[in-house]
Amino acid sequence: MPARLVVFACGNRSRGDDALGPLLLDRAETWLDGQTSLDVRTVGDFQLHIEHALDLRGADLALFVDADADCPGSFRLRRAVASRDASYSTHALSPEAVLSVCRDITGGPPPPAFVLGVRGEVFDLGAPLSAAAAEHLEAAWGELESLLGDGRVEAWDRRIGAGPPPVAR
Amino acid sequence: MSRTLETATNPRTLRRVAIEPVTRVEGHGKVTLLLDEDNHVRQARLHIVEFRGFEKFIQGRPYWEVPVIVQRLCGICPVSHHLLAGKAMDMLVGARQLTPTAEKLRRLLHSGQMLQSHALHFFHLASPDLLFGFDSDAERRNLIGLIAAEPELALRGVLLRKFGQEVIRHITGKRVHGKAVLPGGMNKELTQSERDEMRRGIGEIIAWSRDAVALGRRLFESSAHSATFGVFPSNYLGLVAPDGESDLYDGVLRARDATGATIFDQVDYARYNRVIHEEVKPWTYMKFPFIVSLGEDDGWYRVGPLARMNISDRLGTPLAETERQAFRAAAGGGMQHATLAYHWARLIEMLHAAERIERLLDDPDILGTDLVTSGARALEGVGVLEAPRGTLFHHNKVDENDLVVKANLIVATTHNNQAMNESVRSVAARYLDGKELTEGLLNHIEVAIRAYDPCLSCATHALGRMPLLVELVDAGGVVIDRLRRGSTGACTSNAG
Repeated sequence: MPARLVVFACGNRSRGDDALGPLLLDRAETWLDGQTSLDVRTVGDFQLHIEHALDLRGADLALFVDADADCPGSFRLRRAVASRDASYSTHALSPEAVLSVCRDITGGPPPPAFVLGVRGEVFDLGAPLSAAAAEHLEAAWGELESLLGDGRVEAWDRRIGAGPPPVAR
Repeated sequence: MSRTLETATNPRTLRRVAIEPVTRVEGHGKVTLLLDEDNHVRQARLHIVEFRGFEKFIQGRPYWEVPVIVQRLCGICPVSHHLLAGKAMDMLVGARQLTPTAEKLRRLLHSGQMLQSHALHFFHLASPDLLFGFDSDAERRNLIGLIAAEPELALRGVLLRKFGQEVIRHITGKRVHGKAVLPGGMNKELTQSERDEMRRGIGEIIAWSRDAVALGRRLFESSAHSATFGVFPSNYLGLVAPDGESDLYDGVLRARDATGATIFDQVDYARYNRVIHEEVKPWTYMKFPFIVSLGEDDGWYRVGPLARMNISDRLGTPLAETERQAFRAAAGGGMQHATLAYHWARLIEMLHAAERIERLLDDPDILGTDLVTSGARALEGVGVLEAPRGTLFHHNKVDENDLVVKANLIVATTHNNQAMNESVRSVAARYLDGKELTEGLLNHIEVAIRAYDPCLSCATHALGRMPLLVELVDAGGVVIDRLRRGSTGACTSNAG
């Protein structure tokens, strides 16, 4: 039986490179249409909120996809561990905070989770996706496709650190 | 209504404290306090980094695109903007009276938005302060502290929020970026299975909302702060039905003064600019709306849950109306001016929204299929509704090619701008004056702002773009301490 995977993608399509998450989710959903052997749920939103903790229930593995202003390369894959970080005091929770809420309200451990950050630089209202971000999108899609195709935690762990080299700012 | 502490007489000699951005509000805001050598507050201001580009974002677009694209102005209240953009565009297509199904679907969507927004604000953002104390341990004063101390309450908060989101999803087809509202009506009918799924859960949602109101009332009535914290007289403005009953989706504009006397009533919202103007101040980009007949100094007002409780004659659902009467009785039957009463009022509205959802789901019209109407075309459209945070205005003009040539949006946080500044000054003068600053004392300022649930959102949240910066600047303008919180939550402190 395939791993039950939930993929979250965050961002605003009308704020430049903040659209990276939704655009990658569009591609993933199209790709998943032809993959009947996989068990993948997708969740898109502007930002992460407390109720997304409920979407983690029943999942074996979780992936958060988002634009990342601090990403050194085109994309960066990392582990996310439940953590009571400072995003609890805002309306936009971090992946770690969502995992923590899940743990606290369900009383059990959240599923193993990873974050795929994609480098973004321009976030102005009305701005289109930047040319650089369009390139990062292509690179990140290759990574996302690989992750979706092999939903094993150990396989995802092996991909951490094997991403692209830093991009000059 | 004085403006004491808005501007110090000799600000260059004072010590400056900046709280930037204010946490647990939407988006970014900054508070600056100027203190003299004895730590007396001489000036207190709330600066809101309001983004004024949204009107330009709309201009040049075909009018029928606007309900979809305005959702991207704000990641916090996209449904309110989506609904209201459609409502304003109704006038352009000559649809002043929607079909019964379309209007009820919009009201159901609006109630779902009200429920989820109010649940998030109270349980996630406000209740830790109210339950644990404004200056309690900051590590505990958050959702996690709430989960640890009140696990069932915290879970109910999440589930209430989730139910509201599900109402939105059923009507729009998506949790976000939905395309439910069209100029002249609605895009998608509600299926019986969708209606039945919501019906199954609504009884529990109403019960939990009643419990939440009881909690909000108890917290307000038992708090030593309620009678003094940010209590000041003000005017109040909002939308009501022509008969005075609360109506969050449609109606006429009403304003009452601090004594409860009517300033204006039965004003057609399409003529809002005859009763409301906006003032510009040199120290902030944010405008300050005021009631024309009272002038710039005395004409500021409050909007949102507290205002709606103060100006409406009744709520149209039985449980919420009982609670409204208790709310007004707590103020001796007069106007309630306590800033902390916003929370109690917000929870009464959450119950009202839950009851309205139940009523609308039981209405046979909700499953109708006649969704769109139209009439004589016009080149100008105005829409007003009561969003969770307060009165929201959209005003658009189009040309003969159907392109938007002018847009004006007034959001709830702009209406409350002066009132939030008044709250900051009131709290700063009472609680901070003459004392050494601590995190708990500064949180008092934030509690005052947070009561309004202000939406300062930029709708962008990419990882690494949400720093918290607090600076302490001495009388000579030198930064003597700085605390920065990064996207991971880690704090770094360094002197300048």
